[in-house]
Amino acid sequence: MNGRGLSLVPKSDAKQSMKDYKSDQEVRWCPGCGDYAILAAVQSFVPELGLKRENMVFVSGIGCSSRFPYYMNTYGFHSIHGRAPAIATGLAASRPDLSVWVITGDGDSLSIGGNHLIHALRRNVNLNILLFNNRIYGLTKGQYSPTSEVGKITKSTPMGSLDKPFNPISLAIGAEASFVARTLDSDRKHLQSVLREAAEHNGTSLVEIYQNCNIFNDGAFDQLKDPEQRDDITLRLEHGQPIVSASKAVRRSADGGIEVVDRASVREEEILVHDAHRADPSLAFALSRLDEPAFEHVPVGIFRSVDRPSYDEQMSAQLEEAVAQGGRGDLDDLLLAGDTWRIG
Amino acid sequence: MTKQVQQLDRVIIRFAGDSGDGMQLTGDRFTAGTAEFGNDLSTLPNFPAEIRAPAGTLPGVSSFQLHFADHDILTPGDAPNVLVAMNPAALKANLGDLPRGADIIANTDEFTKRNLQKVGYDASPLEDGSLAEWRVHAVPLTSLTVKALEGFDLSKKDAERSKNMFALGLLSWLYHRPTEATISFLETKFAKKPDIAKANIAAFTAGWNYGETTESFSVSYEVKPAKLPAGVYRNISGNQALAYGLIAASVQSKLPLFLGSYPITPASDILHELSKHKRFGIRTFQAEDEIAGVGAALGASFGGALGVTTTSGPGVALKAETVGLAVTTELPLIVVDVQRAGPSTGMPTKTEQTDLLMAMYGRNGESPLPVVAPMSPSDCFDAAVEAARLAVKYRTPVMLLSDGYLANGSEPWKVPAAADLPDISTEFASGPNDGETFLPFKRDPETLARPWAIPGTPGLEHRIGGIEKADGTGNISYDPDNHDRMVRLRQAKIDGIAKDIPALEVDDPDGPEGGTRVLVLGWGSTYGPIAAAVRRIRSAGGKVAQAHLRHLNPLPANTGEVLKSYDKVLLPEINLGQLALLLRARFLVDIISYNRVRGLPFKAEELAGVIQDVIDSE
Repeated sequence: MNGRGLSLVPKSDAKQSMKDYKSDQEVRWCPGCGDYAILAAVQSFVPELGLKRENMVFVSGIGCSSRFPYYMNTYGFHSIHGRAPAIATGLAASRPDLSVWVITGDGDSLSIGGNHLIHALRRNVNLNILLFNNRIYGLTKGQYSPTSEVGKITKSTPMGSLDKPFNPISLAIGAEASFVARTLDSDRKHLQSVLREAAEHNGTSLVEIYQNCNIFNDGAFDQLKDPEQRDDITLRLEHGQPIVSASKAVRRSADGGIEVVDRASVREEEILVHDAHRADPSLAFALSRLDEPAFEHVPVGIFRSVDRPSYDEQMSAQLEEAVAQGGRGDLDDLLLAGDTWRIG
Repeated sequence: MTKQVQQLDRVIIRFAGDSGDGMQLTGDRFTAGTAEFGNDLSTLPNFPAEIRAPAGTLPGVSSFQLHFADHDILTPGDAPNVLVAMNPAALKANLGDLPRGADIIANTDEFTKRNLQKVGYDASPLEDGSLAEWRVHAVPLTSLTVKALEGFDLSKKDAERSKNMFALGLLSWLYHRPTEATISFLETKFAKKPDIAKANIAAFTAGWNYGETTESFSVSYEVKPAKLPAGVYRNISGNQALAYGLIAASVQSKLPLFLGSYPITPASDILHELSKHKRFGIRTFQAEDEIAGVGAALGASFGGALGVTTTSGPGVALKAETVGLAVTTELPLIVVDVQRAGPSTGMPTKTEQTDLLMAMYGRNGESPLPVVAPMSPSDCFDAAVEAARLAVKYRTPVMLLSDGYLANGSEPWKVPAAADLPDISTEFASGPNDGETFLPFKRDPETLARPWAIPGTPGLEHRIGGIEKADGTGNISYDPDNHDRMVRLRQAKIDGIAKDIPALEVDDPDGPEGGTRVLVLGWGSTYGPIAAAVRRIRSAGGKVAQAHLRHLNPLPANTGEVLKSYDKVLLPEINLGQLALLLRARFLVDIISYNRVRGLPFKAEELAGVIQDVIDSE
């Protein structure tokens, strides 16, 4: 963790509360939507960052989750489908004094906006991307999404969907992301702890939030919420801690990969200890594949958090270097540079 | 031997060769010498999109035309007086443009059987008499160059590469161009390879000396400096002027410039140029695609920067949705479209005026925005400042329609002083504008512009977006009457700009009352050819008026009045009549269109004929 993500954002003198971050707009998601829980978690978490509220910006694309900025009493930009990372890139790259958050969904970020997402991640612009993954298109009323499981029966796929879904964590790691995490809408404590680290991370952080759409894809993450099985399924990723659930553990397998085994069957020292700061992303990638087949065991937490210069700090540094070398630009000098001649 | 020196008032030279022969560089250097000498000039590069098309073929021919004179001129010229043909393909591709009696300087070394066959010559045109009506100077440019460089430690192939400098030296002698600037240019360009610098200078000098001594050239020519308004001049291309205009706009608006762009011909040079000027606080962002380029620019505008995106037609198509977002969120944004031949990929290096209707209407919903079009390469500077002025003052995206001809063409430019440029600065919102509250869509009663409240401003936190906004508060609204009102307000804001732009000027020495019946109207890069054609008509005693639109939306307030003052309005466009369509619809004037879409600018002679036909028709 590098913690420089907020170093240029001015701090507030006043004590803030959740109320300060609620806008006057009526929240209009379907009753029971997971988005409510995420909104409340964010609104109650941001005051503790202690930033000037006017220096926070929420940028979104299109979809149910993208209404989010209207409900935050900060600056906000509800843009167009898939383009929020691009718009946020221009904003963050030109205003290092802002804490910029992108709110997006699985359709918005992984279908129409896939290109912007991967390029934002590789550039490492200083912004935080919250990817609300409900594995369905909600606002267009229930078509399958790029994270829907194969065979999904929806209005547009009456005989089942054919395309293999993206694993957003694998995709982000493959796109050179410096911070990748997964959390759950209903686990406020965990959600907030991940957001805190994401906010302070210098560069692009991607947080996948499993979010229930109770209208079009209800129960998509029930195994992770069911008290009977959740502790067995959930593999907690905590830096420096062994990767285990209540009954399972992760260890290196004989073929060079990693595998999930019964916790009781392994010695403590055999269990893989999580290293989120490992420069080589291959182990983080391997962890991201552990939920195949779907939801037998699901790693949750920060997969990867490495220190790499952010795009915007490097861009600012180039500007400063240019001024240091040649002085501030002068318009008359510029226009008269090169071959000129005088008449009269 | 004393050679005869002949005085000319103007000359048109075309350098043509393989795309690897360095014709653009040769043309650029000849232009620099000519500018330094003080002639007025205008240039037209013409090159293939392929970086290296197969050598010696017609598609691989690259050319550079330069028109220079002892008086002010308006175009790169219709027909060359001199063609430098570095190979048979260059001769064949350009001969059709060459009037009888013109000079052809042909590099005989390249007129080999194989090269002749490549372009379908059975026999060498230099020898079979087919060029009898032209003055052919057969010069073995390649072997003369190799011979001149014998003393250098160079391979034959490397020595041959300097043949363009030999040609430049010969032409510099022929037209009495100064040589010092070219020599120092070569020294600088090859500073790290002094041997190559020396070889090129030797080739250049050998070319000059060849002209001096050979009997093939008995006459050399002088074109006296032009009498232009007093001032400091430089030669400038449209793309460079546009980039400088954007920098000036940043300085004059006191807003940091943010360019989001994706490489595309013929606009990339603006990205390259702006990337060099980080000392002005300019951030250039090479995006992953056209959409991200404009998206990042709009994001930067939201943050208080002067957001700019530069592209060509295919890129504008991709950016349309984001431009619509800028229209409805009412943020400043400059969209530069360096138009090229379309549709689709079209002919990327060729020019056209075919994006006007896309600029005007190529978005969903009612989404009006100002459209500004420069009329000459150097006018790209002023047009960029004007586009920024409108964008900032009215909080709107502005389309700036340049084209390939302006982008790559060049002309002398009287350099303005920064102090003489307009102040286009604005003020960000700093506090409530409606009692104790802040309404992000409460408008300035004069301009109808909304406040620009940037993140970081305490107390003005607000949300904007693509969904329809309630008048005043900017909150989401689906109210039918509110939508109707907002649609009309956005339109009225743009229409109102007509009060803030200059009236359409008419150049008509006689006036309609003096018997002028025909008005020639133009927009964009056709200014030069139209004005040159108008001169021809007038010098032959004809009467014709000329007017040129730099603002296409909104139109100058007096446009309808001007159009109705003449019996006939002729409108040449390098499209199938896009502005004519708009003017006919708006003013019910029966405009006569003249349209050619060949990827090339109009010729003055061609337009003079068209104008004469309209004058002569009843």
